[in-house]
Amino acid sequence: MTTTDGVIEAPAFVRRNTFIELNARARAQSLMDPGSWRELVGPFDRIQSPWLAAQNIAPQFDDGCVVLKGKIAGKSVVVIALDGGFQAGSMGEVSGAKMATALDLAAADSEHGKQTAAVLLLETGGVRLQEANLGLAVIAEIISSVLRLRQYAPVITVISGTVGCFGGMSLVAGLSSYVIMTPEARLGLNGAEVIEQESGIDEFESSDRDLIWAIDGGEQRVGMGVADLLVNDDSGEIAAGVRRFLNSEPPRVYRSQQVDLYRERIAALDTSAQIDPHSIREAWGRKEGAR
Amino acid sequence: MENLEFNYPSANRQVTGRSHVGVAGSGDMELLMQPSETSEAHVSVLTSVNGFGHAWKAVMDRFFSKYDGAVRIEINDAGATPGIVMLRLEQAVEALGK
Repeated sequence: MTTTDGVIEAPAFVRRNTFIELNARARAQSLMDPGSWRELVGPFDRIQSPWLAAQNIAPQFDDGCVVLKGKIAGKSVVVIALDGGFQAGSMGEVSGAKMATALDLAAADSEHGKQTAAVLLLETGGVRLQEANLGLAVIAEIISSVLRLRQYAPVITVISGTVGCFGGMSLVAGLSSYVIMTPEARLGLNGAEVIEQESGIDEFESSDRDLIWAIDGGEQRVGMGVADLLVNDDSGEIAAGVRRFLNSEPPRVYRSQQVDLYRERIAALDTSAQIDPHSIREAWGRKEGAR
Repeated sequence: MENLEFNYPSANRQVTGRSHVGVAGSGDMELLMQPSETSEAHVSVLTSVNGFGHAWKAVMDRFFSKYDGAVRIEINDAGATPGIVMLRLEQAVEALGK
């Protein structure tokens, strides 16, 4: 694209301030007021997984979990970012304990009158299988911490991609006050490869990217009402979305409290023919009174 | 897993600051760099790929033939190639100065 004075100008998608290409620490920092944050249990504290090296896997100094305490638009927050580049952002004993403890500290502050919200940047395949039951246990702890904090302050989940949010951590996303996604992001309980492995290629073909994104992708998840806001992969858009929800009232009813509604919806599905993603959006999409 | 240690007495210039670069993901590595507690540079590598001690020594020798800072370096390696190792070392030095 050339402007009238001959200067070559890159198209908008090149000029955008990408969020996905930032690492976990930079993602968290990009959302926060400059100079307001400090890192809790950072890499120089060297709290690593004690289990990975025993299984011939390199550990990471921050165990793939970055915790920054600071402010967004003047409001007290803790931003917890998972590093999708390390073991697919999986939750082990250390990374899980860091997240659960940070959420508990925010809840304790909130209970004592200093409202502290949480922003979770989830890029994770869920439980770290190498840490087995400890991984499962920390997911339970994180869930109970989210349920405690969300009574006092918003818990905002951002799934930007490209790992997506799966397994036990998809439950954490589901319990959040608000969920922000990009079209590149995916959200699901089981990942495509797990479904194909367990139920066969006829059930879900894990190499069919169009199919996977049509079902797990951000557009579909927001369209069917299990996530709240679709934004482009742009740091400014994501930061604006986070600020909007920080200033919002808590949801009138959480999705996790609408068990009967979702049971009715599932019971009403006609499984005699293949259900397509579009019809789910039509049937389940945000309507008056849904939330 | 293999643990490798290297010392470079010639790298004795005092440095300040600290840096953290890289990720312990496949084909890459993570590195912490900070001032050494002694008057020489010390490198500690934890790698998931066994049997490449000579390659690590060659890369470190080359790096410290040009760099003289008394730094303490700790590496978590998930199979970085020598080129990536050198790149991460240089990146850490650059970040140290900031």
